[in-house]
Amino acid sequence: MQQDGLILELQNGNQKAFERIYELYSESVFGIIYSIVNDQKIAEEILQDVFMKIWENASSYNSSKGRFFTWILNIARNASIDQLRSKGHKNRQKNLKAENFVDILESSSNFSSKTDAIGIQKYIDILKPVCKKLIDLLFFKGYTQKETAEELKMPLGTVKTRNRACINQLRGILVEK
Amino acid sequence: MDINEYIESGILELYVYGALTEAESLEVSTALKKHPEILKEVEEIEYALRRLSSSIAPYNPEALLAAITAKLTAKNAKIRTLDTSTTKSRRTNWVAWIGWAACLLFIVGLFFMIGDNNNLREQLTKEKAKNAKFEQQIADARDDKENAEELLAVIRDKNVSKIPLGGQTVAPDAFATVYWNKKENRAYVDAKDLPEPPRGKVYQVWSLKLDPLTPTSIGLLADFVDDENKIFELSNANESEAFGITLEPEGGSKAPTMEQLYVLGQVTATP
Repeated sequence: MQQDGLILELQNGNQKAFERIYELYSESVFGIIYSIVNDQKIAEEILQDVFMKIWENASSYNSSKGRFFTWILNIARNASIDQLRSKGHKNRQKNLKAENFVDILESSSNFSSKTDAIGIQKYIDILKPVCKKLIDLLFFKGYTQKETAEELKMPLGTVKTRNRACINQLRGILVEK
Repeated sequence: MDINEYIESGILELYVYGALTEAESLEVSTALKKHPEILKEVEEIEYALRRLSSSIAPYNPEALLAAITAKLTAKNAKIRTLDTSTTKSRRTNWVAWIGWAACLLFIVGLFFMIGDNNNLREQLTKEKAKNAKFEQQIADARDDKENAEELLAVIRDKNVSKIPLGGQTVAPDAFATVYWNKKENRAYVDAKDLPEPPRGKVYQVWSLKLDPLTPTSIGLLADFVDDENKIFELSNANESEAFGITLEPEGGSKAPTMEQLYVLGQVTATP
């Protein structure tokens, strides 16, 4: 899945590789950003910045530290959180009632990936509340295992195993399709 | 290592999230390089997560790629302009050299100016000295003029009688004039035509009574050589009938040395 050759070419400054990377990751990165900033226009701005950073800092990615997808995730989360902070109080207000990915999915009638939408919605329907929280914090908000355990008042090991179960459900639905 | 147990622990999901510590992530990275089963599991988790996050994107942002590449191109262009600005800095080096050269020229010029200035100052001092000298001369001339006017006033005074003194045996060509203001008891002796007295000698002026011949000294022509107009002012309260000038030893004599009588003149009867 992770194309090491493609990443190497990106690191060498190959623009075609960059375009392919964009194709592969932009939509999911857009989703992550949107889940944090909750504003389509702002999310578009951040998405552009994130991919410019990917292009400019590609050489700093090191596969022994983690997945390329994870590296991109961190850039996207940090850029989104920076944006929220810089926008100050007015938007923090908005942030308080910030929806998690579930709320976004439920309220949105306009899905990006129509084919997935039905499956994912089915997934949301059967998802336990604890799974919603775990995935929201760990995946969308970028909490560490320790931070999540503290937030949900859950032992560290339980975070790991519970989350594994939640993801297995998701994978099951995607395979089912 | 029990690979199955490792997978089931749920650490791989956290690895993909980026929720592990750096050390834990490093560990997983090493494990998945060794075990294809772990790599496969990680890729499946990643795929599911990408599908999940994609599903909440407002739309597929394919169209934004063009904007991003445009921005990157613009930025690269900027970088290229920065590159050319380094060649520009080589040009500024030349500018700097020219600047230094100009500076050097300026300093050299400055030294010339300082030299020039010193010359001018010297000249100015000279001119000032010259000027002072001229001023002194003007002042002197003014003084002379005043003196002359004074003398003229003396001569023109209606109370003044003019007594010419003619040359005697020792100096037939000698000549002198006494201007005598009887009222103010002053006598002015014009001794312009007397020869210079020898060293150690001085002219003495005598007022004479003729019958009997009684000489009375009225003074010496002091500093005869240095006196420019050779006019000497003396006081004479005598009822003079004649005036004579004799050459006497320095300091003068009580009685005139008649052998050294230079000039002599009789006072004409006053009207």
